[in-house]
Amino acid sequence: MAPKRVVIRDHSAEANLFARRSFIALIIITMMASALLFNLYHLQVTRYDDYQTRSNGNRIKVLPVAPNRGLIYDRNGVLLAENRPVFSLQLVPNEIKNLEQTVAELAQLLNISDSDVEDFYKDYRGQRRFKPVTLLNRLSKQSVAQFSAHQHRFPGVSIEARLTRYYPHGDTLTHVLGYVSKINQKDLKKLQEAGQEANYAATYDIGKLGIEKYHESLLHGQVGSQEVEVNNQGRIIRTLNFVPPVPGKDITVNIDVEMQKVAQQALAGNRGAVVVLDARDGGVLTLYSNPAYDPNLFVHGISRKNYSALLNSADKPLINRATQGQYPPASTVKPHLALLGLENKHIRLDTQIFDRGVFTLKNVTHKWRDWLSWGHGHVNVTDAIEQSCDTFFYDLAYRMGIDEISGYMAQFGFGEYSGLDLYEESSAILPSRGWKKARMGEPWYMGDTIVVGIGQGPWTATPVQLASSVTALVNHGTRYVPQVFRGIHQEGQTVVAEPKIREPIEVADMTNWHIVLDAMYGVNHREKGTGRNSFKNTSYLSAGKTGTAQLVSIAQGEKYDAEKLDERHRDNAMYVGFAPYDDPEIVVAVALENAGSGSAQAGPIARMIMDQYFGEGNATLAQNRNN
Amino acid sequence: MNSEKMDARNQSFLYKLHLDGPLLLGLLTLMIVGLFTIYSAGGQDWDLVQRQIIRLGLATTVMFLLAQVSPTVFRRLSVYVYIVGVLLLVAVLVIGVTGKGAQRWLDLGFFRFQPSELLKLAVPMMVAWYIGRKDLPPRTLNVLAALVLVVTPTLLIAKQPDLGTSLLIASSGIFAIFLAGIRWKLLSFFAVAVSAFTPILWFFLMKDYQKQRVLTFLNPESDPLGSGYHIIQSKIAIGSGGMEGKGWLQGTQSQLEFLPERHTDFIFSVFSEEFGFLGVILLICLYLFIVSRGMYIAMRAQEAYSKLLAGSITLTFFVYVFVNMGMVSGILPVVGVPLPLVSYGGTSMVTLMAGFGILMSVATRRKLLSRE
Repeated sequence: MAPKRVVIRDHSAEANLFARRSFIALIIITMMASALLFNLYHLQVTRYDDYQTRSNGNRIKVLPVAPNRGLIYDRNGVLLAENRPVFSLQLVPNEIKNLEQTVAELAQLLNISDSDVEDFYKDYRGQRRFKPVTLLNRLSKQSVAQFSAHQHRFPGVSIEARLTRYYPHGDTLTHVLGYVSKINQKDLKKLQEAGQEANYAATYDIGKLGIEKYHESLLHGQVGSQEVEVNNQGRIIRTLNFVPPVPGKDITVNIDVEMQKVAQQALAGNRGAVVVLDARDGGVLTLYSNPAYDPNLFVHGISRKNYSALLNSADKPLINRATQGQYPPASTVKPHLALLGLENKHIRLDTQIFDRGVFTLKNVTHKWRDWLSWGHGHVNVTDAIEQSCDTFFYDLAYRMGIDEISGYMAQFGFGEYSGLDLYEESSAILPSRGWKKARMGEPWYMGDTIVVGIGQGPWTATPVQLASSVTALVNHGTRYVPQVFRGIHQEGQTVVAEPKIREPIEVADMTNWHIVLDAMYGVNHREKGTGRNSFKNTSYLSAGKTGTAQLVSIAQGEKYDAEKLDERHRDNAMYVGFAPYDDPEIVVAVALENAGSGSAQAGPIARMIMDQYFGEGNATLAQNRNN
Repeated sequence: MNSEKMDARNQSFLYKLHLDGPLLLGLLTLMIVGLFTIYSAGGQDWDLVQRQIIRLGLATTVMFLLAQVSPTVFRRLSVYVYIVGVLLLVAVLVIGVTGKGAQRWLDLGFFRFQPSELLKLAVPMMVAWYIGRKDLPPRTLNVLAALVLVVTPTLLIAKQPDLGTSLLIASSGIFAIFLAGIRWKLLSFFAVAVSAFTPILWFFLMKDYQKQRVLTFLNPESDPLGSGYHIIQSKIAIGSGGMEGKGWLQGTQSQLEFLPERHTDFIFSVFSEEFGFLGVILLICLYLFIVSRGMYIAMRAQEAYSKLLAGSITLTFFVYVFVNMGMVSGILPVVGVPLPLVSYGGTSMVTLMAGFGILMSVATRRKLLSRE
């Protein structure tokens, strides 16, 4: 039975059946191929633009290129802030076979500390494998050379160079120039708010203080970009396009670094500040606060230990005393007060009082004492300034009243920001009825006015305010805003910026101004002048005013005895002055904390500064300073 | 009459060598396309191309040798080859060598052997033999028996696990049954049964990594840095090729190494990126040409065994192409099937060419068979 069936097998029927099935299979295959093609058409033609974009997004990366920061020169072309290359050792973990061994060998070769190695592993764990990780920052030249000699042994390890700020004059200029330091979260937020984030994409440091901060936008420049093709590891294959960064502007400051150095020497061992302004345009020739600190510490990230030492020091080196130090101006403002008295006709040149060493008011038990306990006798306004007679000014203040005083002193810039191009500034306090009401909730009493007459009471001023007020005085009411910035430095030349001017002080009678300035000349050069000892035998003529600010009130009937007082309660020594007298070029303000009298301590410092300016120099502090 | 005319024309040099001219031309063209693409995908590495040339030479030699063997011999050997194959699969599961998380190889000392490759031919041979013994179309009982012959090695391979190969082997057997003329009713019944089996497959048979592949396939963007990365980068490569392509050696996705498995499983993405949609059309046409020629040979074979075997081999070849192109272009899950004769390396190439050797054997022995 069965073999029979094989014999009569119908081959043509089977062939037909197979052909039909094959035909169906071919139809199905055609449909499947069409489905493939349809999908590929969708990918390659319909969505081509989308995938093209994503393909480019894969391979093209735009890397920001940091601009070089502008340099800073002093007015004589001395470089104050420069950019130096620093080298860092970078590892690309992905390209290193045995990371631990490599790190250990490098640590041995270059004497890398355990804590640096620890930091490296911390960074390494938090990063993608093909991104470089820094093992060592700020390699010495020796280390760079050592590594270069052995580089072939370390594939995936390289030395990267970048420019960082360096301040060759160190702590001489810290409070003026400030410093740059690593951009932190707070800076980043500010940059975001200002829409400057992209511009800082490749920038490492930002100005944190002083000129570096104030003129950040000038110094920084514009970020450039490098369009590169990268592979899947993120490694750059080639550069497609390069837009160079626009470097920051080089700037010149009004500072004279030699005068700055003299100020530093003169203030050595004291807490205090010196400000020197150009009388003709408000340019800041010197602005020094002591003690200072090395700004270079901050550029590479200051250690916690060093920072807390600065922060907790009793001398408060972080404070810029020249702009933030609030000192009672004391007698240094007597010329301003005298001018007000003359202009408003409370006194005339020939108005005299008789000073018995004490000022009293009817029905008031309080006695206001003169610094000279036996009194100055008959004094007019010129005598009162030259000898710094307190009683004359108690009387004058009493007659003028607080409203007139605070109104006029505000015109000299007291109680307001000087407009100086540093963010670190205090407006200090100019007392007034409104100030007392707001501050203490109390009305102003007549008695409060008396001490204001000798620049005491609640009145405080910063050295830069003092210098600025004297600049207004010597310019007969023209007010120049103190400026550190001198101009843009281009091709060895400085394009000097126009001086900034504020609303001038109205002049009633120019003679009054001459009377006051003449009296200030007397302070330095006439027989009874309080500054005569400091300004003996100068080749130039100068003028000034001393001040000794009392920090604690001495009980009625007691005498001030420095020896008995705590060092920090001793008097502040103040001095303001200008030179040459006939045609003023510079204005100097000196403040010395707890140093004693202005005439003995602050005057000699002003002398040194002026000597330096007029090319005499070398006037030793010891010679002129008597205690 | 018609066939005698054809024979007369084919009494050429190639015919005497038992080679089918058009099929050989198609295969060689494909190999050359593959070599060019490998050169580009491998980062212009000549060593890679040379190694591929050696492999292609070896595979072509195997094809040539098998073409010399009469289909009758294959038919007689079918049962033994199948039995040996299944036994080897069992051996792999017991004493096999593990690589890449799967147990697929037998270590024979001098080289590693992958028995699943043998089954790619053994299964269609066995099914063709079994069904071809009786009249076509086969009876239901015989279909069921043939299915057992297919499912047994399929499950053994799926367990290694090697989803791609088990899929190809199952298809090859099913194609033979389909071409034999299985009744539509029965076919529909099996289709429903397979659908019902899918949940079982998902929950009990698939390994986690296989499930992950399917999930990633369904939504590649869900895991752009992990398993979805391959598919996304592949689609970007293909899509960014556009109509005309970026040019040979100019594909950024492949040259910059964004594309994974560039010279093996994902070589079609490299081809698409560099030669564009126009190149893709030509390549698919080339494959369709080979498939058509294969089906032509099968139809012209005079005996059921040869027809079924040749047809099954041809259709399976197309499944290779479809699965590979489908997976790299994102319409099928990534199951690890190379693009036949274009992808670099693999034992699979030898198996493929062995299959074409059988096709050529069938193509050039019609008279001998009819005489028998």
